[in-house]
Amino acid sequence: MANRKNILDLYFLDARARLIDIAAFMDRVDRADGETDFRHDAFREALKALDSGMANRAEKVLLSFSDPTDEPIPAATTKAACGAWPGADNA
Amino acid sequence: MRYIEPHAHMVSRTTDDYQAMAMAGCQAVCEPAFWAGFDRSSAKGFYDYFSQLTQHEPRRASMFGMPHYTWLCINPKESEDLALADEVLAIIPEFMDSPNVLGIGEIGLNKNSRNEMAVLEKHVDLAARREQLILVHTPHLEDKRKGTRLILDVLKGDSRIRPERCIIDHVEEHTVKMVLDDGFWAGMTLYPETKCTANRAIDILEVYGNERIWMNSACDWGISVPLAVPRAAQEMKHRGNDHRFVDKVVYQNPIEFMSQSPRFILPEGH
Repeated sequence: MANRKNILDLYFLDARARLIDIAAFMDRVDRADGETDFRHDAFREALKALDSGMANRAEKVLLSFSDPTDEPIPAATTKAACGAWPGADNA
Repeated sequence: MRYIEPHAHMVSRTTDDYQAMAMAGCQAVCEPAFWAGFDRSSAKGFYDYFSQLTQHEPRRASMFGMPHYTWLCINPKESEDLALADEVLAIIPEFMDSPNVLGIGEIGLNKNSRNEMAVLEKHVDLAARREQLILVHTPHLEDKRKGTRLILDVLKGDSRIRPERCIIDHVEEHTVKMVLDDGFWAGMTLYPETKCTANRAIDILEVYGNERIWMNSACDWGISVPLAVPRAAQEMKHRGNDHRFVDKVVYQNPIEFMSQSPRFILPEGH
C-alpha cells in the first residue's frame, strides 16, 4: 500500500495544475456569451463527486457523464461521442 | 524493458513509430481491424485493408524484428449499413487462415444501435464457428457504460463463447469491474484525453489487481501515443511497482491471452 505523503510528493503539483485548469475553463465559459448546453450541466454535476469523500470518485464522475439507459437506440445518426449524455429526448 | 503492444493501428503510423517501438523494447505488435476515419465505399475497400493487415504490415514490422499479428472484422462504426456488413463478413473467412490472424476484432458497439448489435452478434457467431479469439471495442465516452453492458450480455448469451478467450478493450473505472467479474479479460487504452491516462490505468491495477488485464496505446490516425505502454510502465516503476508486477501487465499478460491462439509465437528468449 502506498504512503499518502509519497502520493502527494509524486502527484500534488500535477493535480494542482489540472484543478486550476478546470477553474480557468469554468471562468472561460462564464466570460463567454450565449447559452451553455447539457455538457456544461453534466460537468457541474460531475464536480460534486470530487468533494464527496467517496473512494470511487473517478467512477462516479464517469457515470455522471454516461447514458444511464439500457436499451439499444433505434439507429446511429452519428459516429461521434461528445463526452456527456444529452438526455433521452436529444440522444 | 520488454513489452508487447496488444492494440495498435500501425497502418496509420509511420515507419519511425515502428523504429521507436522496437527501440523501446516492443516484442510484438497486434493490430485489430479498424475504421479508416472515413466510411469505405464497398467491400472491396475492406478486401484491400485485410490484405494490408495480413501481408504488407507484417513485412513492415519485420524490418524491425517485430512479429505483427492482426484481428479481422468490420468495425462497429461501419455497422449501421447491414448490407455492407454482410458483404464484409462474407470475405473475412478468406483471410482467416493467414498466419498472423489471431481472431475476430475489434468488434463491439459504437453508438449502441440495433444494427450495431445485429452485426456484433454475427461476428460473435463467426468467431464461435471458427473457434477464434475475440477482441472487443467498447464505445466512447458517454456511450461506454451502456455499450459495455450490452456487449457482455451478447457474449454471455452465446453458450459457445468462453469469457477467458475474449478481451474487452478500452475499460475505464466504471466498466472494468463488470468485465473482470464476468470472467473476461480487460484492456486499458492509454489516450491523452478520451480514455485512460497512465496514472488512472495504474490506479485501476492497484484496485483490481493485475490478473486478466493489459494496457495498450491503440495508436491510430488520431491523437494517440505509440509509446504509451512503455511510458506507463515507466510510471509504474516511478510509483514503486516492482519489476515483476510491471512485466506481468505489459508483457506476460498479453502473451497469456494471445497464446490461446496457436498462431501466436512466443517472443525470442521468452
